[in-house]
Amino acid sequence: MNNKIIFYGLIVAFGLVVPFLFPAFKLQISIMLILIILSLTWDVQGGQMGYNTFGNILFFGLGMYICSSFQIGLFFPLAEWTASGGEKTFVHTPTQFFQGFAVGLVLSGIIPALVAALIGYGILGLRGHYFAICTLGLGIAAGELAGGIELVGAGQGMTSPPWPKGIGDTELRSEFFYYICFTLMVCTFLFLRWAYTTRFGLVLNAIRDNEDKAEAMGINTMRYKITGWVVSAFFVGMAGGLMGNMIGYIEPVETAFAGRTFGVFMVLMAILGGKGTLWGPVIGAVAFHIFKEGFWIFFLGWQYVALGALIVIVVIFFPEGIMGWFREKYPERFGEVIDEEDRKAEVKLN
Amino acid sequence: MDFLIFQIPILMVQASMDGILLGILFALIAYGMALQWGVMNIINIAQGELVILGGYIAYFMYMAGIHPAFGVIVSPIVMYFVGWGLYKTIIFRVVDRDLFISILATFGISILTQQLMNFVFGSDVVVAQSNFGTTMLFNSMVTLPNSKIFAAVVSVIFAMLLVLYMRRSKLGRAIRATAQNARAAKILGVDTESVYAATFGINAALCGVAGALIAITFTLHPYVGLPYTVRSFMIVIIAGLGNLPAVALSGMGLGVFEEFSDYILGTEFRIAAVFLLLVLILVYRRFKLARKREYLK
Repeated sequence: MNNKIIFYGLIVAFGLVVPFLFPAFKLQISIMLILIILSLTWDVQGGQMGYNTFGNILFFGLGMYICSSFQIGLFFPLAEWTASGGEKTFVHTPTQFFQGFAVGLVLSGIIPALVAALIGYGILGLRGHYFAICTLGLGIAAGELAGGIELVGAGQGMTSPPWPKGIGDTELRSEFFYYICFTLMVCTFLFLRWAYTTRFGLVLNAIRDNEDKAEAMGINTMRYKITGWVVSAFFVGMAGGLMGNMIGYIEPVETAFAGRTFGVFMVLMAILGGKGTLWGPVIGAVAFHIFKEGFWIFFLGWQYVALGALIVIVVIFFPEGIMGWFREKYPERFGEVIDEEDRKAEVKLN
Repeated sequence: MDFLIFQIPILMVQASMDGILLGILFALIAYGMALQWGVMNIINIAQGELVILGGYIAYFMYMAGIHPAFGVIVSPIVMYFVGWGLYKTIIFRVVDRDLFISILATFGISILTQQLMNFVFGSDVVVAQSNFGTTMLFNSMVTLPNSKIFAAVVSVIFAMLLVLYMRRSKLGRAIRATAQNARAAKILGVDTESVYAATFGINAALCGVAGALIAITFTLHPYVGLPYTVRSFMIVIIAGLGNLPAVALSGMGLGVFEEFSDYILGTEFRIAAVFLLLVLILVYRRFKLARKREYLK
């Protein structure tokens, strides 16, 4: 137990000093933290519950739009802001910026969670591949719809409010966002770590293993499934709100409801790390981000080819992921006791 | 909206005709999907990309000076081998596994193909001119491009040919046997592995025909494949596997729905309408099935 506390303490301490160790990579590492949140929350559905969703990107984009809209809409007319295309007609003062950011960030968690609760009853009743395709459709439909709404800039997208003048340069900006991302990531991780130890986590695993049996045992599975989706939507929405502020520009299909990038990334990261484990998605996200950045820099233009190939390879040859590989190699570390007699015993068929 | 759609009957006739002709084309793609879903139990997300790839073959013939209508003969032959190769490299590894693995693997293939097509053919929207002219109906109030009529007729011919082939030929019998029970078919001497490869090839060939027709009637772009996949998925889950008249009917229904939503909501919401319809159909189906389960209890 003590070892664990020291281990977590070291990680948190490392996270706190990272912006000073690698000052040039602050934004990159912030994006990596967002990716960790995405893959952790995807794993609630895909890994623990056995519901492979492509639709969590819906909450990501929703959070992005909501956060920026509230940040602007609280102080200025939103329609004029988007119409002016981010020209500097309206400028946030520092107080306005931070007030708007706080309100927007909280709402970007709450509103997607409410949306998840509302649509959950209809969607989570689907099973298997019907669920996967349905959520895929949801994410793309949301992107197309957002591309038709004039208030949030339609197909051109909208700019999120720029960092206010007079309180420091872009360095301070990236440090600020880094610490917010880090806090959100730690909160997500600790919350899920706690949730998996409770009855909630057990029920999710029961649903994954055999949903009909779980229902027959008297568990109201639908309630737990919706709760799981609400939790995911809350954290993904907040991550989306942060991401929208960090990149400064929201485009409906390419950044917000980006099924081709973040929507696939979260599935791939969780599977790469090992789905159904707590640490798997984290490891997967870090490994994937390093791979991705390497490719994006050295083989520019080929990144989607590499992404497609990586998906095929990981899914076909490596479906258990990094954690699954470790588990096979060192089962003792995962608390699985293997009887030496059993291991040596010969299997006789009749 | 300053008018209601039923106040302009000519527009309704126009939209219905367009929708039906379009729907026959969708039904052809859906038939391919139903075939390989039924036989191999795989949902192919890359279906739309196969269609677009087939379309680019016809477009290349057009660029080389050959009339693109001949694409409906060349494209399926090329696409058969593409499909066969795809099966032999990737798909055969996912046949017996979890459905989600096949979805994700074909999703990866879809991203890969999109990007490769983007490299090879460029990211411009292209169209192959067929110069077929148009047909005027009802005192030239309804105009139908002849290319669309040609597309519908060719789709029907190919569907009929495939039905005949499946009924009469030895391979068709083997495919049907494998779809019913792969293990029993194997015991009785059917080489299921090559049946699977042929099925995937036939599916790709159907996509090639549809793609060549789309190159003539509509536009091609490397990234528009996914809506075709979703349309065919929708048609298949409404019609059920292996029910050809229902596939044709629901394809036409989807086409008419799309044309009407195009007129009423505007073209920018067309894709959104398709995907929302998918979600609605699946959710409706879920409640219907849930009610059926209640009866059984």
